[in-house]
Amino acid sequence: MKAAVISFPGSNCDDDLVHAIRDVVGECAVKVPATATTLAGFDLVLVPGGFSYGDYLRSGAIAKFAPVMAALKQFAQAGGYVLGICNGFQILTEVGLLPGALQWNTSLQFICEPEPLVVANADTAFSSRYEAGQTITLPIAHGEGNYYADPATLAEIEANHQVVFRYAHNPNGSLNDIAGLTNVAGNVLGMMPHPERAVEQLIFGTDGLGVFESLVEATKEGVYAEN
Amino acid sequence: MYKAKIFVNYKPSVLDPKAQVIQNTLTRLGDDNVSHVLVGKYFELTLTAACQAAAEKQVARICDEMLANVNTETFKFTVEEMAVAE
Amino acid sequence: MLKTELSSAQIKTEKPYRQWGLTDAEYDRFAEKLGRLPNLTEIGLASGMWSEHCAYKYSKPVLKTFWTKNDRVLMGPGEGAGVIAIGEGKAVVFKAESHNHPSAVEPYQGAATGVGGIIRDIFSIGAKPVAILDSLAFGYPDNAHTKQLIDQVVAGIGDYGNAIGIPTVGGETKFASTYAQNPLVNAMCVGVMDESAIQRGKAAGTGNSLLYVGAKTGRDGINGASFASAEFSTEEEANRSAVQVGDPFMEKLLVDACLEVTRDHQEALVGMQDMGAAGLVSSTVEMADKAGYGMVLDLDLVPQREPNMTPFEIMLSESQERMMLCVKAGREDEVSAVFKQYDLDAVVIGHVTDDGRYRLLQHGETVCDVPVSLLTDDAPVYHQQGVKPQRLAHPAPDFVPVVTDAGATLKTLLADPNVADKTSLYRRYDAQVQTNTIVGPGGDAAVIRVRGTHRALALTTDSNGRYLALDPEIGGAITVAEAARNLVATGAEPIGITDCLNYGDPTKPEQFYSLQESAKGIVAATKALNTPVISGNVSLYNETNGEAIDPTPMIGMVGLIEDLSTITTPRFKAAGDLIYLLGETGSDFNGSLLQQVETSTVAGQLRPLDLKREQDIQRTVLSAIRQHLVSAAHDISDGGLAVALTEMTFHTGIGAQVKVAMPAAQLFSETQSRFLVTIPQDQQAAFETLAGAAATLIGKTGGPQLVALAEDGRIDEPISTLQTVWEESLPCLLK
Repeated sequence: MKAAVISFPGSNCDDDLVHAIRDVVGECAVKVPATATTLAGFDLVLVPGGFSYGDYLRSGAIAKFAPVMAALKQFAQAGGYVLGICNGFQILTEVGLLPGALQWNTSLQFICEPEPLVVANADTAFSSRYEAGQTITLPIAHGEGNYYADPATLAEIEANHQVVFRYAHNPNGSLNDIAGLTNVAGNVLGMMPHPERAVEQLIFGTDGLGVFESLVEATKEGVYAEN
Repeated sequence: MYKAKIFVNYKPSVLDPKAQVIQNTLTRLGDDNVSHVLVGKYFELTLTAACQAAAEKQVARICDEMLANVNTETFKFTVEEMAVAE
Repeated sequence: MLKTELSSAQIKTEKPYRQWGLTDAEYDRFAEKLGRLPNLTEIGLASGMWSEHCAYKYSKPVLKTFWTKNDRVLMGPGEGAGVIAIGEGKAVVFKAESHNHPSAVEPYQGAATGVGGIIRDIFSIGAKPVAILDSLAFGYPDNAHTKQLIDQVVAGIGDYGNAIGIPTVGGETKFASTYAQNPLVNAMCVGVMDESAIQRGKAAGTGNSLLYVGAKTGRDGINGASFASAEFSTEEEANRSAVQVGDPFMEKLLVDACLEVTRDHQEALVGMQDMGAAGLVSSTVEMADKAGYGMVLDLDLVPQREPNMTPFEIMLSESQERMMLCVKAGREDEVSAVFKQYDLDAVVIGHVTDDGRYRLLQHGETVCDVPVSLLTDDAPVYHQQGVKPQRLAHPAPDFVPVVTDAGATLKTLLADPNVADKTSLYRRYDAQVQTNTIVGPGGDAAVIRVRGTHRALALTTDSNGRYLALDPEIGGAITVAEAARNLVATGAEPIGITDCLNYGDPTKPEQFYSLQESAKGIVAATKALNTPVISGNVSLYNETNGEAIDPTPMIGMVGLIEDLSTITTPRFKAAGDLIYLLGETGSDFNGSLLQQVETSTVAGQLRPLDLKREQDIQRTVLSAIRQHLVSAAHDISDGGLAVALTEMTFHTGIGAQVKVAMPAAQLFSETQSRFLVTIPQDQQAAFETLAGAAATLIGKTGGPQLVALAEDGRIDEPISTLQTVWEESLPCLLK
């Protein structure tokens, strides 16, 4: 698997993703600057956590206009796997690759804590290594992780089984306890919890490893033909 | 030169926890006749444009693409021609 | 702030320097050494450089007594931060700094810029910042003002650290009425680097360029250094203009760019320094001074955010997120190109000279021409005489608590905000980013892995104004010893400290006495525990309307773990483990949390700290941990044995039964030099051989209750009830 980690000015989980994929999972991962204009040759594109461009207007709002975005959209539309984590999830909703929006946590506070999640759909490229209904614990660390979509969109999301992870104890007010969901095609996942922070026993346990191992398997199967 | 004054706020159907906190506090402090609080963002842009209509069109596009998240927010604005001092 | 510039003669008669914290005598000293009357810019620079914050004019004689060097120390006090070797070619860099005054005035920005400033000190050495800790002290949260203050300080620290991507892994939050008007906001940053890459803040080599990097200079925080060195009056609302706004996004770019320069362009770089207190003037003057050179700066080249700034304003602005680099002549473009890549301003504003003079030009005119040494070495040093305060000369009789229901007393202490669960505060900090956090907030100390090695660092901050209020010397020693105990309990060997010395007005003999005496205690303890002071700062004048805080040195300590498998936490691991108490317990209630809770004050005399015994106990615990004999370890501090034992049960579902040969009241005694450890039964013989008489077997882990039988009373409570009391208290108090 060859993964690209997009590095926006203000991203701060890009190095952690590279570490998880390269040093722990043992696959290839490189950082790609937000000024890049092509993502050809990659099996997977990761949009990392952080505060892109300071997140001063709205989380992810300025990243939407980064030069790399055209290539990202093209990559996703061609069926390439895209995983947005935390700020990456916010960015993917801003650019319209995922439905809905992430709002301020109902407590109006940033929350960093271990969060039990229920795997709602194990039948995706991002979650095949888990079992449906399984509970895993991943860290969250965000101020704006409160998932919102209008009622019609939400109904559609549920009907299509797009929700992959739900909070066991909703920490932020997300509708339907949504912690992570895919697009309709199933090749783009956005999630607020950080799987890359839970890949080593010493650091936070290994509950997040399944996300990356699922992707290794999916990319091996050649579901997606390179564009 | 034109000056655009832009207000962005949540759509009425979207829960706004900040407004909720303010409203609850006002009620607690005795200002219980305040029935609605709306929290928003205010922007001022100074721009050049061929005419008023062109300025308005451009500001609307900027709001739609950048300043507001149309999934959850609405916007309104005014555009006024500024007196230019040379 | 200054409309038309006063002439040199007018300055002498109108004395505007008084409002910047300079005395008439200091003005006269400056003019005399200069050999003429200084102009407004020159005397303005003096007010910044001769402030306590920059010149340590009152604290220098005390700081000189600190023990700062052992064979591990690569760089001691005097640079942006100190450096200690940790093996495998790596070094740890750390420093703490106070932002008490700015945080009292504008809590959110004050706390945020405190974090931003200390981070710059770390990467100015060439180290990657890997952890932040914060030590906070507030009044009791029983009023809206304090609750708001706590919320905003926590938000400011969190928003800065979270955005820049450095985990906030630990620290402490204390509550006592002494901090109600003067909160303490001390931030510590820790960095890791290759030993070979240490940078110094120096500007050497005639003709080399001074490169200004980062944010533009505005009129924010002008003369903050002398502001930080002045006492508060609640009437001086005008002080509000002295607070700066932080931009963590800009600083993230600055960290990455500066580290890229130190890594890839080391040959082109002569020195680098943060523009902190007294901004442009202190960074450049100190760089010239350390290298023994002079410099000339053209202020027209300084990137400015506002029009018509005077030299005084430009030089003394404390706008945030700015760095000063000295770059070899001819290689400016190579270094600037790195910053341009990050969209950062990088402008040559002057060059190094060999004449030892500090010259500033604006609009083609010389606006300042003074010897560099006049701003540094020639600053006055005051040798104050301390006078023992009356209350210390005649201490109150010993506090004798009456404990009739030990279970109820325990619950009262668990609910006290000093002991209560702080999760609701620290969960607002990202503690995991960088994915090196092995033990995060909430333990005795945080533990982070050092990438590229098999080692880990344990980090803690500690302060205890209650003890210092009763005896500054013993209290100072206890603060150091307790920090070391926190580290030892995780399995780390303490290797060095940084400090923030938070005290009252040093010109008052009784306040100076506290500073002087506590330094004696700190020096003795650091020597005994082999933890040199490698960096730090002083925050004097923590007074409001003449009322000083309890003397509160904050000790930030770093420990080294050479074997990751020995990392130990305070929580019980299994039922059936044996519980040992190390150290002896006496009736130490003076200055205790129990005394503060029951009488709302502290009084009486402290028992001297036996540093030899402290050393022995710490060695015993560390050896036992290193030999893998210990399943859990916890030091005993606030609230004594009962509180420490209860804390070991939290989140484990494992209770304990212990029996102690002491009166029930002593379950809450705060006798120093004690630990609790649990030992799996199959290690009993090995542990007892190692520990000898220092350890007493007091019971076993297991069951749903915490049972502690004392001579004349008992605690017998469900651990779930105790945990609920501990967890719910602070969120409830802060509502």
